[in-house]
Amino acid sequence: MTAIMRLDGVGKDFGGGGFLPGRKRPRVRAVADVDLAVRQGATLGIVGESGCGKTTLARMLVRLEHPSRGAVFHDDRDIAGLRGQALRQFRKEVQFVFQDPLTSLNPRKKVRQILELPLRRLRGLRKRELQQRVGELADDVGLRTEFLDRYPHELSGGQSQRVGIARALAAEPAVIVLDEPVSALDVSIQAQVLNLLERLKGRHGLTYVFISHDLAVVEKLADTVAVMEAGEVVEQGPAADIFRRPAHPYTRLLLSSVPRLEGGTADGSRTRP
Amino acid sequence: MSAGLTLTWRRFSRNRLAVAGCLIVVLVAAASLAAPVLPLQDPNATHLADRILPPSSAGHLLGTDQLGRDILSRLVWGTRLSLAVAVSATLIAAVFGTLIGILAGYFRAIDNVLMRGIDMIMAFPYILLALSIVAVLGPGLFNALLAIAVINIPFFARSVRGATVSIVRLDYVDAARLSGLRDWRILAGEIFPNVLPVVIITMSTTVGWMILETAGLSFLGMGAQPPQADLGSMIGAGRDLLLIAPHVTAVPGAVIFVLVMGINLFGDGLRDLLDPKLRAGALLSPAPATEVDPALAAAAARGDEPAVANAPNLLEVRELRTWMMTGDAPVRACDDVSFAVRKGECLGLMGESGSGKSVTASSILRLVPSPPGRIVGGRILFQGDDLVTKPLDELNAVRGARISYIFQNPLSTLNPLFTAGEQVAEAVRRHRGLSRADAWNNAIELMDTVRIPDAAKRAADYPHQLSGGMRQRVGIAIALANDPDLVIADEPTTALDVTTQAEILKLLDELRRDRELAVLFISHDFAVIAALCERVIVMYAGRIVESGPTNALFRDPRHPYTRRLMACVPRLGEPGQVLEAIEGLPPPLDALPRGCNFADRCDYARGKCRARGIPLEVAPDGREVRCIRWQEIPG
Repeated sequence: MTAIMRLDGVGKDFGGGGFLPGRKRPRVRAVADVDLAVRQGATLGIVGESGCGKTTLARMLVRLEHPSRGAVFHDDRDIAGLRGQALRQFRKEVQFVFQDPLTSLNPRKKVRQILELPLRRLRGLRKRELQQRVGELADDVGLRTEFLDRYPHELSGGQSQRVGIARALAAEPAVIVLDEPVSALDVSIQAQVLNLLERLKGRHGLTYVFISHDLAVVEKLADTVAVMEAGEVVEQGPAADIFRRPAHPYTRLLLSSVPRLEGGTADGSRTRP
Repeated sequence: MSAGLTLTWRRFSRNRLAVAGCLIVVLVAAASLAAPVLPLQDPNATHLADRILPPSSAGHLLGTDQLGRDILSRLVWGTRLSLAVAVSATLIAAVFGTLIGILAGYFRAIDNVLMRGIDMIMAFPYILLALSIVAVLGPGLFNALLAIAVINIPFFARSVRGATVSIVRLDYVDAARLSGLRDWRILAGEIFPNVLPVVIITMSTTVGWMILETAGLSFLGMGAQPPQADLGSMIGAGRDLLLIAPHVTAVPGAVIFVLVMGINLFGDGLRDLLDPKLRAGALLSPAPATEVDPALAAAAARGDEPAVANAPNLLEVRELRTWMMTGDAPVRACDDVSFAVRKGECLGLMGESGSGKSVTASSILRLVPSPPGRIVGGRILFQGDDLVTKPLDELNAVRGARISYIFQNPLSTLNPLFTAGEQVAEAVRRHRGLSRADAWNNAIELMDTVRIPDAAKRAADYPHQLSGGMRQRVGIAIALANDPDLVIADEPTTALDVTTQAEILKLLDELRRDRELAVLFISHDFAVIAALCERVIVMYAGRIVESGPTNALFRDPRHPYTRRLMACVPRLGEPGQVLEAIEGLPPPLDALPRGCNFADRCDYARGKCRARGIPLEVAPDGREVRCIRWQEIPG
């Protein structure tokens, strides 16, 4: 299988600089020299704890953030240099689903308007086609059509996240980067959305980059997994290997910390400094 | 949309002062708009024979000024002019201020340049700045208008920039970018509609100022030029007559006062309406304890239900009902909940969001905010005493001393201005009256107990200097400060990373065994409950659906909801597991079905499930389940 996207020594720093010369704000390294490949048709899971840089990495993949070092390639083109029509093409190919279903929907727009935006801008649809496609998208993500004329605050968390997924699908992308798409949802709703994501992947032949702190969820969905700690990928490989035979001590710590139903007491005895 | 407008008007009309302000503004605006058609005399026609007539003279209702001009006519025309100037100046300031603010907030590259320019305008005393602008341009009403507009631009620019900065970081702006929108379309389509309320609020509070400022300039002779009348120039012209004919100045003065008050009241009402932070009842500070239905309190006062001596259980909750009194129907957040916590026991209370687990837990110390919360039924017996009807001072002696809380997010429950040690020491001093030094030493001991490494040094750290896990340890230390009998832990590990969660769970488990603490542990996570609790209660839509020993319940769940919920949870080490989602949503708590709350999502529901309320059945083995078909359901 070929890599549809590739990260080549990607790093990202925040801070530094400042308005007045001489006094610089401290520089924080969020992501350090990451090499990763996203294979066509597969799901790449990225796991790590808060502050490990996984969200920054996700945002660099869709060019919401520019790398400080290295480059992100899509179809062997450096996405940093894309302009105009080429950038639009990239937006059509690679889409994103946000973690918080509430802040990712404009409170002053109806669901229909939210879904129409990418259809107009990226697919150039108008009028009849537009109406039809909005209906199809709602159907695709299991959103009843009456919700199309509601505002985001009138939806539940699960419904909002379906809108977020439909918006990403609107562009008819090949790759969807999902940043903790179910972590804000209750378990019963989480299961609905996870099943929906699996169905959509099969139906549309999608490639996922699935970012999550929840190891069990990643194990369900991912074909390959990268484990991040403090901005670095400490281990990557096929999901089965990572979960059954973790090589890196941090991966082992993560796996042993997950409380299990039959566990009785938690087995996370190691204390980190 | 019209339904939304009616609702908005209903909310607005509840604010009497704002309605009064609105009425004044409408009346004055109507009078000034109608000035040309009203039967008024020529405001500038002088009749030297009729100079300084007192009010209610024939033909001059409000009298005349020193040139014999009709004051009523001048007042209406003058108000018209003042309002027109104030409103135009506000619009000019709003347009330019909004433009500067939104650009500065969106484009970080020009933020500094624009806002430092704004700072420069604000560095001058503004009335002096207005005077110097008029001095340069020359006196006249139009120049005064420009001057007042300019000095008000910063107010708009600053508040709009603030609003823009907070919106730019929101995900939907990124989402618009991902949908292929360019910057200016994001500004116009996504950001501007969301800062518009801020602009309107600022406008409504600025118009009043503008009237005063225009009046000030005109009073000084820099604004309206004779014979043109505006409110400020009328006062200015009458000041020499203050002793012989006070009405010449008093009447326009009173109009300014009433008008500005009206505008400000109206503006405040508008702000309350449009500001989402004030909408959710933030203006109402909650009562110190959850309200209790008067009938319950009366029953207790009569001694209908005496305290229970030698109660076998540490805590016993009986048929507790805590409802949220909002809207037309009460939200039954916690309905008919009964359970007991034995000494030294760890009881798990689990459910999804909206299941009522947190409301149940907060009801115990009556910490559910009122309004809207109210305990409408039930008893909460703690060591035999009913907490529901306990007077506030006795309740406060229990809070934090006999029963304490551990909260979900220690960052929001710890005060950022005090060190960790001070906050633990405060909890000790509050109930035990130790000296400062003793309390401090005690605090360090406690922090040591919760395994904070190098406690003496960490005690001097502020909350933001500690990691999430350390902060939660401080929260636990505070909860333990007075050696409580019961600790209520509300999702204490949900905000933590999985490795930190494992450490905190281990700590809680050790502490409660060492100290024989009873713990009521609230969580949405099966595995976390399994790690810690001996017994567990499962809640759904405000009610207990099932309870029993943790091991037995998780091995063999009896209620269809518990079964389905467990099948939804992804389990580590089973990559092939099929997640069987529960379709649909829980019922709204203010419109619960007559029968079983879960019936609409249940595979086993029959007609009888929907016919009437389902009681909580006690099985022979002591487990409880709220399902009439649990024995028929295949395992």
